[in-house]
Amino acid sequence: MRPVLDALAAAWRHPQGRVGALILLIVAVAAIVGPWLLPDPLSQPDILAGSMPPGLGHPFGTDQLNRDILSRVVTGARISLGVALLAVALSMTLGAAVGLVSGYLGGVVDAALMRLVDGALAIPRLFILLLVLAVWERVPVLALILLIGATGWFATSRIVRAEVLRLREEAYVRAAEALGARRRRIIFRHLLPNVVGPLLVTATLAVGDVILLEAGLSFLGLGIQPPLPSWGGMILDSKEVLVSAPWAGIFPGLAIVITVLSANLFGDALRDAVDPRGA
Amino acid sequence: MSGWVLRRALQAAVTFLVALAILFVLMRAAPGDPLLRLGGDRPISPKEIAVLRARYGLDQPVGRQLTAFVQGLVHGDLGVSIEYGRPVTALLTERLPATLLLGGSVLLLNFTVGLWLGVRQAVRRGRREDRWLTTLSLAGYAMPSFWLGLVLAWLVGIHWRLLPAAGMQDPLLSSDAGWGVRAVDVLSHLVLPVLTLSVVSIAATMRHQRSAMLEVLRLPYILTARAKGLPERDITWRHAWRNALFPVITLFGLWLPILVTGSVFVEAVFAWPGLGSLAAGAVGNRDYPLLMGTSLLVAALVVASGFATDIAYALLDPRVRLA
Repeated sequence: MRPVLDALAAAWRHPQGRVGALILLIVAVAAIVGPWLLPDPLSQPDILAGSMPPGLGHPFGTDQLNRDILSRVVTGARISLGVALLAVALSMTLGAAVGLVSGYLGGVVDAALMRLVDGALAIPRLFILLLVLAVWERVPVLALILLIGATGWFATSRIVRAEVLRLREEAYVRAAEALGARRRRIIFRHLLPNVVGPLLVTATLAVGDVILLEAGLSFLGLGIQPPLPSWGGMILDSKEVLVSAPWAGIFPGLAIVITVLSANLFGDALRDAVDPRGA
Repeated sequence: MSGWVLRRALQAAVTFLVALAILFVLMRAAPGDPLLRLGGDRPISPKEIAVLRARYGLDQPVGRQLTAFVQGLVHGDLGVSIEYGRPVTALLTERLPATLLLGGSVLLLNFTVGLWLGVRQAVRRGRREDRWLTTLSLAGYAMPSFWLGLVLAWLVGIHWRLLPAAGMQDPLLSSDAGWGVRAVDVLSHLVLPVLTLSVVSIAATMRHQRSAMLEVLRLPYILTARAKGLPERDITWRHAWRNALFPVITLFGLWLPILVTGSVFVEAVFAWPGLGSLAAGAVGNRDYPLLMGTSLLVAALVVASGFATDIAYALLDPRVRLA
């Protein structure tokens, strides 16, 4: 845990990193408490009133069904962040497992796994997801999380593998092998703690990518399904009222930009802390 | 050298075959029956399903299906689109030029403006301009392309009426218009999609160029050049940049997936008649043969561009051949 805490502390000392971390915290707190304080994102007080511009009662205005956009954006934050965090956790676990096994065992296992990763990386992630998700009329949230997570580990496994290839030549790993430590002990005790740093950087940057990916899928109708509010889905709905009620699409888009930018600023600061060469 | 090229070509072929196998397995292993989707709201009777299965060869064993698919692929036959009722290959070849025009223009912008900005950042490393350019390009990278596209279409296209916000040609243009008028027409339609895709993608180019340039700037020969009293501009562009350009070439291979993914959204928003809007439409219509064909073509392009990048890199920089 020590190197992780050091990296987080170093990222906090980084000016952009701190801004990113603070904004992410605010978004996370809003996502957790916001839905309790704001009006129901599904309620339509007066459906005939149509969309209202931003004003006193509704700071972000209302959409074409007269639903409060602020509370939809905040509830959307809960959903987008939840999906992203769970999917990234799954990707990182898979990527670390494949990278550790492939890098440490080498040989046929390594060759087979890496050819699989090469092939998978040749198909852009969006296309893999389009093919699989198009099966459902209404994509279940759990399937969305699992599939986004299951398609996000290819590059991570390569990063972890490269790190393991370097580490396994280190004297302390050699010493552990000479002392007769089992493979499992070497992988978990000696290799895993040393790949946590790069893994943390990859995970932070992956959160931003997954938020964008989920928004894109929802925009194409293959992500979070209405009436559940999601940022991408709100932008899709706003297409119909682009001219008469531009605010309906602008605010969810801004929410995406701010959240993803913060995650990436923090991720960059973490990278500089873990690997200072590129700074 | 030729042995290396051959090995690399073999590797590319294997990668493509693995990608093909993955796509095929995904299609067949996906839960549920895609054919049930075909009727839309109308329920499909089991009899109709049986007929459809036979038509698309889905009643055959999986091994036979794969062989049939690969045989078709070798002959340039990717099946028939459900939505259009035409061969997928024909649709893809029809749509490819528009995507190449869009992608090529975005690449051109990235490899001029993006590289220039990256070099500026490296030279002014750590100063205010460097920090702001990083934050700005990251803000562009954080934008969903479809959102930026809609905002630009609304502001520039509809509100200010400066540029066309949909399609590739003006449908009202008379058929006897000269090619000059036509070129201007296509170019004006091209501006907004290209701008959108460039804004969301330029961060990657800038970042690569910046770090490649920083690597070179700390080498001793740059110190020598400074000691000789050469003007900073000559050092930057004549001495440093020449060596910092090679690593950026590898970016081209990484770049294609980003470009193709972005063009799905941007083409859908601006109704640009390319592969991206074809794929986006295929999703809506659950047009599996078309979706599969597009994915395969994209995978082939990604593998080919990775291969071409490696070869170009080795030709330009003799040092990497050993690796």
